[in-house]
Amino acid sequence: MRSALRISRVMVETSYAMMIEYRSEIFLWCLAGVMPFILMGLWAQASASGAFGIDAIGFARYFFAVFLVRQLTVVWVVHEFETDVVQGHLSSRLLQPIDPVWRYMAAHAGERLARAPLLIVLIVVFFVLYPKAFWLPGWREAVLFIVATQASFLLRFVMQYCEATLAFWTERAGAISHLSFLVQLALSGSIAPLELYPPIVRQIAMLTPFPYLIYFPARQLVGPADAMGPVWRGFVVMAVWFVAMLLLNRVLWRVGVKRYSGMGA
Amino acid sequence: MAQKDPGLAGTLRHFFKRKNRDIHAVKNVSFTVEPGEFVGFLGPNGAGKTTTLKMLTGLIHPSGGSVKVLGHNPFDRRHDFLRQVTLVMGQKQQLIWDLPAMDSLRVNAAIYDVPEPEFRARVDELSKMLSITTQLTQPVRKLSLGERMKAELIAALIHRPALLFLDEPTIGLDVNAQDSVRSFLKTYNQTTGATVILTSHYMGDITALCKRVLLIHQGGLMYDGSLSGILERFAPYREVRVETAEPRTAEELSGFGEIEEHDGRVARLLVRREVMTDSVQRMLATLSVTDLTVGEPAIDRIIAKLFAAGSVTPVAEPDPAAATTGAVT
Repeated sequence: MRSALRISRVMVETSYAMMIEYRSEIFLWCLAGVMPFILMGLWAQASASGAFGIDAIGFARYFFAVFLVRQLTVVWVVHEFETDVVQGHLSSRLLQPIDPVWRYMAAHAGERLARAPLLIVLIVVFFVLYPKAFWLPGWREAVLFIVATQASFLLRFVMQYCEATLAFWTERAGAISHLSFLVQLALSGSIAPLELYPPIVRQIAMLTPFPYLIYFPARQLVGPADAMGPVWRGFVVMAVWFVAMLLLNRVLWRVGVKRYSGMGA
Repeated sequence: MAQKDPGLAGTLRHFFKRKNRDIHAVKNVSFTVEPGEFVGFLGPNGAGKTTTLKMLTGLIHPSGGSVKVLGHNPFDRRHDFLRQVTLVMGQKQQLIWDLPAMDSLRVNAAIYDVPEPEFRARVDELSKMLSITTQLTQPVRKLSLGERMKAELIAALIHRPALLFLDEPTIGLDVNAQDSVRSFLKTYNQTTGATVILTSHYMGDITALCKRVLLIHQGGLMYDGSLSGILERFAPYREVRVETAEPRTAEELSGFGEIEEHDGRVARLLVRREVMTDSVQRMLATLSVTDLTVGEPAIDRIIAKLFAAGSVTPVAEPDPAAATTGAVT
């Protein structure tokens, strides 16, 4: 246990130091994630007709929450893993007595730490520009949001790690990930709150893992938390998908690693 | 392995119909290495050296045969096996490029559970042996190739592995850095008793470090024994340096042996041992010789010559039923 804590601490510290080296890149990544604000503008305008049941402030807060969730759950393991497989960097990681996933997780944790101050600046800027949208969530909303966001990160990570292990077969797993991102974009609530979808699409979407990556944690912050059913059920669906993806990942890893040829060395 | 013809037509054919070809990178390789040995893998490019190393470390899975390293099947990648081995690849780095090497060393120390005081002592000891101290706190990208390789070695040895796999550890280094790495490896092997398996294109590495050599050619093990034994087995030559009273042409000298070097009155010839006496007698009788010496040819030149000519032939036919087998105890 002490050893695991030491490994985690040292790896996260090192990843953080590495990310600080790339601080300007992280700032640009943060800025590149402002798409929800563009969609917010569009939906706020459209809400003037009163046809959607959500007012302009409602849309603003929803897309602000979407922005936060996206910033706090960014995952890029597929690209890093693909590079490691194609260029043979995975070799040195496979020869250490620790699963390579630790390094990828630590890299994400380090990046999150480096991103946090920039994120705070963007939040302040948002409310300065749009003071009408300002509100303070209650402690229950805040706790549920933090838990749901962390669960969402883990689910997104394990889903993308499954796609990443396909690099053992295709060497271009990133392309598969781009394809799945389209589905995610459509069903996660990134482009519109799921309440605006036709009921049948909504019901189907809620059975997939995608709404739990954005919509569900965003609703925990801005409410109503149970817009698509009881909150506990949302967490159960997330847990089921997480376990299923984890099992799939382990199978893909075991089969795939036998195909690894340590290229480039 | 995918095959593609060059040009647009080849690209289009490759797009619609992929051609694959099975290549047996290694076959009929069987050997055992004892603890503490320093063994060199020798062979031209594409001979199968790195593939063998990858199988021994468990990075790739052999399609047949068996491999046992330190009592383990390497491909199981059990932690108690991985804690005892290390792989250094001259063409691949494990250090984090943008951070000082010390950060990578700290990560490795945590992974291998090396206690903090012991970690500091080991870094101190290894960095002194390699004459690299202040550089460990500079970003890796600012280090010279030689300094980087030394830092890589410290990272690879921080957990005191019992078995080292070194794949071209001196590639690209200048002569001084090569010497420094070689003498470090020799001392490390002698002081810790670690087993070392080394592949290198530089004969200097092999001659300086390896008492035993495995010669791999076209995926097969052609020779397993001492370095000097290679000459007896594959290239039974002596080197004759002859100086004549008048300049001689290459045509005049070629009848006595293979000309290695020729500059008017002085020539260096490789002469097969079985015709040595006869050749020397004929030289003395016909070339008005002023000086003649006979000695052992430089091993690196002979081996380079063997590989260039593709004339490495096995002494005994390998057993066709035998598959890849390796054991490192």
